[in-house]
Amino acid sequence: MTAPPAPGFSLPFRVKLAMYVRLFALQGSWNYETLLGTGVGFVMEPALRYLPGGVDGPEYRAALARESRYFNAHPYLAGVAVGALTRAELDGVDPVRIERFRTALAGPLGSVGDRLVWASWLPFCSLVALCVYGAGGSPVQVVGTFLLLYNVGHFLLRAWALRIGLSRGLNVASALGNPVLRQGPHYIGSAAAVVAGLALPLALQRVVGPGRVLAGGIIIAALLGILLLARLHERAEGWRIALGVLAIFVLYSVLT
Amino acid sequence: MSLAQALPIALLGALLGLDVVSFPQAMISRPIVAATLAGAFIGYPQAGLLIGVVLELIALDTLPFGASRYPEWGSAGVVGGALFAAQPPGMPGALPASLLAALLTASVSGWSMVTLRRIIAGRLERTRDSIEAGSRDALFSLHLSGMTMDMLRAGLVTMVGMIIFSPLVRAIVAIWGSESAPSRAVVVVIAAIVAGGALWKVFHSIRRVVWLFLAGLLASTILLAMT
Repeated sequence: MTAPPAPGFSLPFRVKLAMYVRLFALQGSWNYETLLGTGVGFVMEPALRYLPGGVDGPEYRAALARESRYFNAHPYLAGVAVGALTRAELDGVDPVRIERFRTALAGPLGSVGDRLVWASWLPFCSLVALCVYGAGGSPVQVVGTFLLLYNVGHFLLRAWALRIGLSRGLNVASALGNPVLRQGPHYIGSAAAVVAGLALPLALQRVVGPGRVLAGGIIIAALLGILLLARLHERAEGWRIALGVLAIFVLYSVLT
Repeated sequence: MSLAQALPIALLGALLGLDVVSFPQAMISRPIVAATLAGAFIGYPQAGLLIGVVLELIALDTLPFGASRYPEWGSAGVVGGALFAAQPPGMPGALPASLLAALLTASVSGWSMVTLRRIIAGRLERTRDSIEAGSRDALFSLHLSGMTMDMLRAGLVTMVGMIIFSPLVRAIVAIWGSESAPSRAVVVVIAAIVAGGALWKVFHSIRRVVWLFLAGLLASTILLAMT
């Protein structure tokens, strides 16, 4: 049996790289039983090979089983947990403590990630792309702007999460107080509001087509609809209403 | 549309559908990207971009929070982009009909994602003992088969969508009775309402959000007046 890694043992770069690449496939086996759990095991696996006995050792098997159980987090920030849990496993931390840590970390990583990425960064990048479209951008410019802007944030966030997890281990909780995570949604949201005001009329004008204007009727109908939808808040799904109204309009246009 | 014609589009749908959840979540599955790529496949990226923009505005309403259920826009964007790009330019019914097909595809594809995740849970149940014993092979098999099935799912949804909607949209466009301007206006109003409502839902708690929005609106009004 090989000796356990010394405390503070640093994984080779190629192992960290393998974990980083696997992070992008974290949700490959996402399911309603274990959510991200099996994905966490999949991502940590290259590092767990450094446990005593390697892939045939009981430590490796026990750790892989433990880390493949139920877990939930935002996929981009799950690297914090993956890194921290990897550090804990390699340092030989008591499994009961690891289990408690997994439970404690899941909630914050989910809510912080949802606010930062899904509710701020993604709509902001969408609006910027719509703005480029409204300004007359070509398909390459619009799609390129969106993918480049979005993925700079995406790739960096995943890399930061894994790095901070691996370096801080079970002391990673303080990293969630990072100003980007705490204040980011507010600043990105504020910027998104300005970009929304800029992007929506420009993009819609281009959809309406050259030679036509956003007529008063369209603007009034849109504003009334937005007010109604805003009042309904969580009780109505806009896309379902869109589907229904569009179906009726298509039917009307075909039958008349 | 024949199987052979739908196959390249289905492959694109498979790749982009995989991006939604499984790999790599780089948002190549967002409709503004997916529809543009599908339009480019047909030879008209501008048409793909146009319907992609409309779908993107509607997709702002369904951000993928937690384990919530939402429509799948990757395959839907591909179907919508390919259908719209395949219609003769200037046909008034092309955009509403293709958009409706894309929204229906998004709905069905969202349901197929939920079904797939249940199937994966079922597979997990059958291999739980092996995974609890720390079997790397069992874990890898579950994970990689999950990704493969997701890709097949998205490809199948795209192919079926194309086969069903391609003749249907062509027929609708041929007998479309509404004028061009109101047809486009209805689509614009729908997209504006859904996007506006969605953005309010997401950003309403931000301080001075209305003023920030109005500042942007003022800038866009000046730009539009100048052009």
